[in-house]
Amino acid sequence: MVFQSIKMAWKAILSSKMRSFLTMLGIIIGVVALVVLVSIATSATSSVTDQISSLGNNMLTAAISDDKGDPLTLAELNELIEYQEFEMAAPYGQSSVTAKYEYNNSNAAIYGTTAAYYDIQGKELASGRFLKTADVENNSYVAVISASVAEDLLETTDVIGKTISLNGTKFQIVGLLAEDDSLTVSAMNSGMEIYIPFTTAARLSDTFSDVSSFYITAANEENLDLAEAALTRYLLSRFGNDDEAFTIVNQTTIQEAMASVTNTMAIMLGGIAAISLLVGGIGIMNIMLVSVTERTREIGIRKAIGAEPRSIMFQFLIEALMVSLMGCIIGIAFSWIIIKIAAVVAGDAMTFSLSYGVVMIAVTFSLAIGVIFGIYPARKAAKKRPIDALRYDG
Amino acid sequence: MEDNNTKIIEIHDVSKVYTIGGEEVKALDHVNLTIDKGEFVSIVGPSGSGKTTLMNIIGCLDVADEGEYLLDGQPIGKYSEKELARIRNKKLGFIFQSFNLISKMTAEENVELPLIYQRVPMSERKKRVKEALKRVELDNRSKHKPNELSGGQQQRVAIARALATDPTLILADEPTGNLDSKTGIEIMNLFNELHKSGNTIVLITHNIDIATQAKRRVHIKDGQAMEVN
Repeated sequence: MVFQSIKMAWKAILSSKMRSFLTMLGIIIGVVALVVLVSIATSATSSVTDQISSLGNNMLTAAISDDKGDPLTLAELNELIEYQEFEMAAPYGQSSVTAKYEYNNSNAAIYGTTAAYYDIQGKELASGRFLKTADVENNSYVAVISASVAEDLLETTDVIGKTISLNGTKFQIVGLLAEDDSLTVSAMNSGMEIYIPFTTAARLSDTFSDVSSFYITAANEENLDLAEAALTRYLLSRFGNDDEAFTIVNQTTIQEAMASVTNTMAIMLGGIAAISLLVGGIGIMNIMLVSVTERTREIGIRKAIGAEPRSIMFQFLIEALMVSLMGCIIGIAFSWIIIKIAAVVAGDAMTFSLSYGVVMIAVTFSLAIGVIFGIYPARKAAKKRPIDALRYDG
Repeated sequence: MEDNNTKIIEIHDVSKVYTIGGEEVKALDHVNLTIDKGEFVSIVGPSGSGKTTLMNIIGCLDVADEGEYLLDGQPIGKYSEKELARIRNKKLGFIFQSFNLISKMTAEENVELPLIYQRVPMSERKKRVKEALKRVELDNRSKHKPNELSGGQQQRVAIARALATDPTLILADEPTGNLDSKTGIEIMNLFNELHKSGNTIVLITHNIDIATQAKRRVHIKDGQAMEVN
């Protein structure tokens, strides 16, 4: 009986292709909106969280806002990492400068830091070397540049040994970082980054005169909370028990916050898309009601020759279900194509993929819509009295 | 006549009242009618005489307000829609004035439809559809849709559909009403053949010429039935 109902429904759908397609279109658009938006949002979530976790899950970021006239020094930072809770520490200060090479000028962000920065931030070199402890100790005028600086300012990748000037002071380039198209970097300063020794930076600008912010890593990931506690204790005693003098940011906390933000966004987008799916469902009900009226005579004939009310109801319900399911399948196919295109357009920066969870949601939702919006017209058809239906001139 | 099995239709004191515009109209007024197995009966009457109401009741499309109706010994009255549908499906074959074929379906599919509702298995269905279409000499038109067939052919498809389930009773409502006289005669010949091969037929018409072809005539007037001899 179910097979027969499916066959009849299929025939009914085929017999008015244009109308069936337009009815499906509501569902198609709803499904595409739902699947694409949620897939992209979840892809973005995983991209962002991946990048944050690639920075290392054992990192703490500390910023000192009130040094009580007695700033933290590099030497103190080096003492700090002797504690068993910590592994590495790197101060960082950021400022922007005008970088000059031959006749080219460009704005860039300079970072004053130490050798440990390279490992803590998980940087990669294309050529040359990163800053060394000796550079920091000797206040060397050396710089490591990002790929964007090489490209925009020097217009070559063969940069080792060349000299650039930063705010008028000459620096020798010793290293070139590998291209890094991760979101966090490109979003902040279009990737124009120059790294110089912390001590050298201190001479260049007042911004760097002391350690006001630094990265520190825990001895192992499991003990990040322990390390955070130890760092808090240290900084409290260092700055006269004023817990507002500094802030410590735990990497995992950032990651969780980001994930929850993007998750909320996915749910919100999904909710909006679900509304359009609902509208599609109302479209199905509308057309099914028209169809029931149009086919009053057919219903009468079927009833006269022995169709039970249930058979009639099944026929129309399955028709509504098929329209919504076909719309759903077409919608998913479209979504797949759109996401493939998005993945190509976005390149390596983000990996887009169809979220199977949302595909399942879309299928379930479409089925539910088919049933909910199909049942009323189907019941209406089933309830028609055969003598009235036979007499109907449509 | 004492044997209940030979009586296909027993109608005792059946009445049906319609309320039209606040006024009660007695469509059927204590009608009595008995039809035996194998009979070919015509029910004649002008429009408004209550013959359509009688047909609806005989055809289990409607139920009587009063009185008793036994179809094949089975009392029809307190049945649900579902049960009435089953009875129509198994015991009755309808032939309508306007053919009432489903236009989107081929002749074959139209004939097959009541068998589908009977849940007859596929192979058996195909066999019976073929036989029924052969009987009305349309086996070469089985893949045609109603709008590709002439009126006479369409009515023959409808007859094939009624025959396919091998019903206890064939109920024809003005079967020639939409056909020209020549085709009408062909259809009537077909009914005569069916009667000869043992089918019980009830024919409802307002056309006296058509009615006289039946062995027995029942006249309906003002909701009352009388035998015509």
